[in-house]
Amino acid sequence: MVPQAYVIRNVAKETPDTFTLKLTPESGSDGSTFQPGQFSMLWVFGVGELPISISGDPSEKGQLVYTVRSVGQATNALVTHAVGDGVGVRGPFGTGWPIEAARGRDVIIVAGGIGLAPLRPVIYEVLNHRRDYGRLVVLYGARSPRDLLYRKEMTAWSRQRETQVLVTVDYGGMSWHGHVGVVTTLFKYARLKPTRSVAMVCGPEIMMRFVTRELESHGLSRNDIYLSMERNMKCAVGFCGHCQYGPHFICKEGPVFPYERLKPLLDKYEL
Amino acid sequence: METLERIISEHPFFADLDRAFTALMVGCASNVRFKKGDYIFREGDPADTFYLIREGQVSVEVFAPQHEPIIVATLEEGEILGWSWLLAPYQWKHQARARDNVRAIALDGKCLRNKCDQNHDLGYEILKRFARIIEQRLESTRLQLIDVYAAR
Repeated sequence: MVPQAYVIRNVAKETPDTFTLKLTPESGSDGSTFQPGQFSMLWVFGVGELPISISGDPSEKGQLVYTVRSVGQATNALVTHAVGDGVGVRGPFGTGWPIEAARGRDVIIVAGGIGLAPLRPVIYEVLNHRRDYGRLVVLYGARSPRDLLYRKEMTAWSRQRETQVLVTVDYGGMSWHGHVGVVTTLFKYARLKPTRSVAMVCGPEIMMRFVTRELESHGLSRNDIYLSMERNMKCAVGFCGHCQYGPHFICKEGPVFPYERLKPLLDKYEL
Repeated sequence: METLERIISEHPFFADLDRAFTALMVGCASNVRFKKGDYIFREGDPADTFYLIREGQVSVEVFAPQHEPIIVATLEEGEILGWSWLLAPYQWKHQARARDNVRAIALDGKCLRNKCDQNHDLGYEILKRFARIIEQRLESTRLQLIDVYAAR
């Protein structure tokens, strides 16, 4: 699959090391769509290719939005691009969040750190089609207040009907007036109806392990819990094997998996 | 008017507690209020009370000389503040501050310890409930220590 030429239209700084980039096709709008939870391979010319989750609104056609944390040479090169610079895009790839299965049910979003980025399209989807879903509960944790993504948007989300947004940080200074504690401590404040809910979780794997434990202890079935996995995606079509996780290719069969399928693998050492 | 007995029995920490035990504890309880910014207790002070938070947010802080305090946790309505009253030398290891106007029920630790010494069934119930809280907070602290959001 050959990368398509895209142009960066906007770069917004979310945190000291995380940026949101808005891209449109160089050839004008192509009307391409994506499923919330899917990712693209972004080609940074002269540097390499990166798998990045799409973090924009699925209803806004003709543009792709990515939130990227600068953690290495390639991501740093990507986020230091200027408006008007070109980027190659392959995709979208992978499975999305279970939007159809969630219709008519409450949606519980649990995100840690930059894990909110792949979940933001689900939040847009639910808010854009509010009558199609039950309550929306967003539980979001980050390391510190300055690491929180989409702060203004979260405030706006929390004002929507039938929506509860709870935010916490692991370490808070005196100027932070919100909750302090790990993301699992938010469950006691969440108004959940486990038997009619679908949970979607994304964040560091350790965090997801503790979150799934918490969700199960609240009565959610493993079949109603979905996780987005991160591995070293290269080809994005299940060919090269770089992202193999047990019997699964994360790029093709994932990145979103039902927890029931992953549970035996998550408990394995040395995988 | 809400009685202390009813408030205690409806607090999540004491959910399903035998009514006879609640009645025993009422003699050790009082209503308290703290204004935003008030210290509820400070590190090193005698730990002779614990609190059932009814309203408002409380921060549990580590005192850091010449720096602003480090907030290690926040507690809100329905939660418990303080367990140092349970164990000798009965001194607070951290400080707690009201981040909003806070309403709480204060339970006199010495009074409650005496009642627990006299009635071991009550003591066992109280200890089980505190052990659960301590276990949850230990797990949270471990997760904070792991620093799961750090780039690895």
